Amino acid sequence: MAKFESLSVARWIDRGFYRLTAAFAVGIAGILVWILVTLFQTAYPAIAKFGLGFLFSSRWSVQEEIFGALPLIYGTVVSALVALAIAVPIGVGIAVFLTEDFLPAQIRTPIAFVIELLAAVPSVVYGLWAIVVFIPFVKPVLELVHQVLGWIPLFGSAPTNVGLMYTSLILAIMISPTIIAISRDSLVSLPPQLRQGALALGATRWETILKVLLPASLSGIVGAVMLALGRALGETMVAAMLIGSKNAISASLFAPGQTIASMIANQFGEATGLQRASLLYAGLILMLITLAVNVLAELIISRFQQVEH
Amino acid sequence: MTPSPPSDHLSDTQPGSSPPNTSVESQFAYGVSPGRKAFGAFMTTLVVGCALLAALPLFSILWTVITNGVAHLSPRVFTELPPPPMVDGGGFRNALMGTFWVLLLASLISVPFGILVAVYVSEFARDSQFSKFVRFGINVLSGVPSIVAGLFSYGVVVLLMGGFSAWAGGVALAVLMLPIVERTAEEGLKSIPPEIRQGAIGLGATNFQTISQIVLPSALPFIATGVTLSLARAIGETAPLLFTALFNQFDAKSLSDPTATLSVLIYNFSTSPFQNQKDLAWVASLLVIGIILVISIVARRIAQRQAF
Repeated sequence: MAKFESLSVARWIDRGFYRLTAAFAVGIAGILVWILVTLFQTAYPAIAKFGLGFLFSSRWSVQEEIFGALPLIYGTVVSALVALAIAVPIGVGIAVFLTEDFLPAQIRTPIAFVIELLAAVPSVVYGLWAIVVFIPFVKPVLELVHQVLGWIPLFGSAPTNVGLMYTSLILAIMISPTIIAISRDSLVSLPPQLRQGALALGATRWETILKVLLPASLSGIVGAVMLALGRALGETMVAAMLIGSKNAISASLFAPGQTIASMIANQFGEATGLQRASLLYAGLILMLITLAVNVLAELIISRFQQVEH
Repeated sequence: MTPSPPSDHLSDTQPGSSPPNTSVESQFAYGVSPGRKAFGAFMTTLVVGCALLAALPLFSILWTVITNGVAHLSPRVFTELPPPPMVDGGGFRNALMGTFWVLLLASLISVPFGILVAVYVSEFARDSQFSKFVRFGINVLSGVPSIVAGLFSYGVVVLLMGGFSAWAGGVALAVLMLPIVERTAEEGLKSIPPEIRQGAIGLGATNFQTISQIVLPSALPFIATGVTLSLARAIGETAPLLFTALFNQFDAKSLSDPTATLSVLIYNFSTSPFQNQKDLAWVASLLVIGIILVISIVARRIAQRQAF
C-alpha cells in the first residue's frame, strides 16, 4: 500500500515538474506579449489622442501638450544606419582577417578575446570615454571634413561638442563585435571544398574571399547586420550622452539630434500625464521597430542554418 | 578552427616565398598578374588596418579608465556616501550595495525561470515545433532594447508599488538576463550525453529525479557560466534603471526605496560640472569594468570544467 502511494506521489511530482517547466516555457512568449500590452496600456492616452499622426508630427511641446515623434524616429533610424555604414565594412573585414589564415591561431585567439572585451564595456562607460577622450580627438577631423566637404548637406553644419555623428561613431564601435562574431561563425562554417575549388581554379586568396566565400556566407552576414541594427536602434546611454537632445531634423550629420531612447532617458523621470504617455508611445514604436528587425534577422539566420545542414 | 586550405603556395602576401612556384611561373608565364597581386596586398593591408582600428578604442578606453580610476581610488569610496558638489572625498557605498541588491533580485527571478525553460526545451520537448517557437521567443527577447525593459518594469512594478524601488530595477534587469541564462543552460543540458539519462531511467528514476539529481548537476558548469555572463551584462546596464531603481543620495532603507546603482551613478556624475563627482564616475567605471572582467574570466574557467 505504502509502496503504491510513494509511486503515485513520485508520478505526481513528475507530472507537476513537467507542467511547471512547460508553464515557464509558455511564459517566454507571455513576457513578450506582456511587454507589448503594458506599453500599449500605459501609452493609451497618447495613442488615443494623437493616433498614427504621432509618427509624422515633429512638434514636442510640454506646455501645449502636443507631442510628435518624427524627429525622434528620424534620429533613431539615421544614427543607427550611419553606424552600420561604418561598422559593416570594418566588421566583415575583421571577420575575414580572423578566419582566412592570415594569422597563426596563437595570435588569433587573443585578438578574438580583445574583440569580445569591446562588447563587454558598458555603454555608459563608452559615453563617459567619448565625452572626455573621443570627442576632443575626433572633433578636429570632423571640422576638417566640414571645411572641405561643407557644400554637401550631410556635412553642412559645423561640428560642436555634441551631435548625431559622434553617437553613430560610438555605436559603430559598440556593434562591431556582434558583426564580427556572427560573420566569423558563418565564414568558418562554409564547406572547405568552396575554398579548395576556387584556389584550384587559380583564384588568388582575395579573389576567393570576395567572389566565393563572402557571397556564400551572405545570409549569415546579413543576419549579423540585422542583429547589430537592432542593437544600435535601441541603444540608450550613448545617444543620451552624446547626441545633444535637440528635437529637430537636420540634414547635417554633425548637428545635434534626438533618438527615441535618448528622449525617454532624458525626460521620463520628470514626465507626467500626457507627456509620459507620449514617451511610452515612443517606446512602443521603438519596441515594434526592433521587434521587426530582430524577427527578420532570426528568419534570415535560421534560413542560412538550414542551407548549411 | 577552419580546415586550412593549402593556400601558402598561392599566397599573395609573400610573393616569391616558395621557390618552386616562381620557377613554374617563369617557365609558363602563367603566374598571378601584378595587378591581382597588388590588389591582394592592398586588401590585406586594409583588413589589418581595420583590426588595428577596432583595437584602438578598446585600449584607449581601458587606459583612460584605469589611469583616471586608479588616481582617485581610495578605501573611502567603499565606505562613504556620494559627496555634495565641491567637497573633496566621499564614495559610493550606497551604489555598491544598491547594485548588489538589484542584481540579486534580478538573478532570483531570471535564473530559476531560465533554467526551467531550458529544462523544458532540452529534456521534454527537444526538436518539437513548440520548443522551436520558444527558442524564437528567447531570441526575440534578447533583442528587446534595454530601455524598453525599463519601461515595462515601470508599467508593471513602479505603477503597482507606487514608487521607484530596487524591486523595479531587479525586474527590468531580469528581463535582460533571462535570455542569456536560458541559452547557456540549454546548451549545457544538450551537451549531456543521452546515455546518462538512460542509465538513470534504467535504474528506475523518474524524469524528475533524473533531471534534478543527474542531469542538472552535470550541467552545472554551463548554468554557472550563463549566470555569470548575464550578471556581467546586467551590472553595466544603465537605461533600464533610470526610472525603475532611480537613484538615491543615501543608503536605501529597504528594497522598496529608490536605490542607487553604480551604472546610474556613472551617468549622473559624468555629466556633473563638479570635478570631484566626475572623479568618482571614473572610479565607478573602473570598478564596473573590473568586476565584468573578473566575472568573464571566472565564467571561462567554469566553462572549462565540464563533466562530459
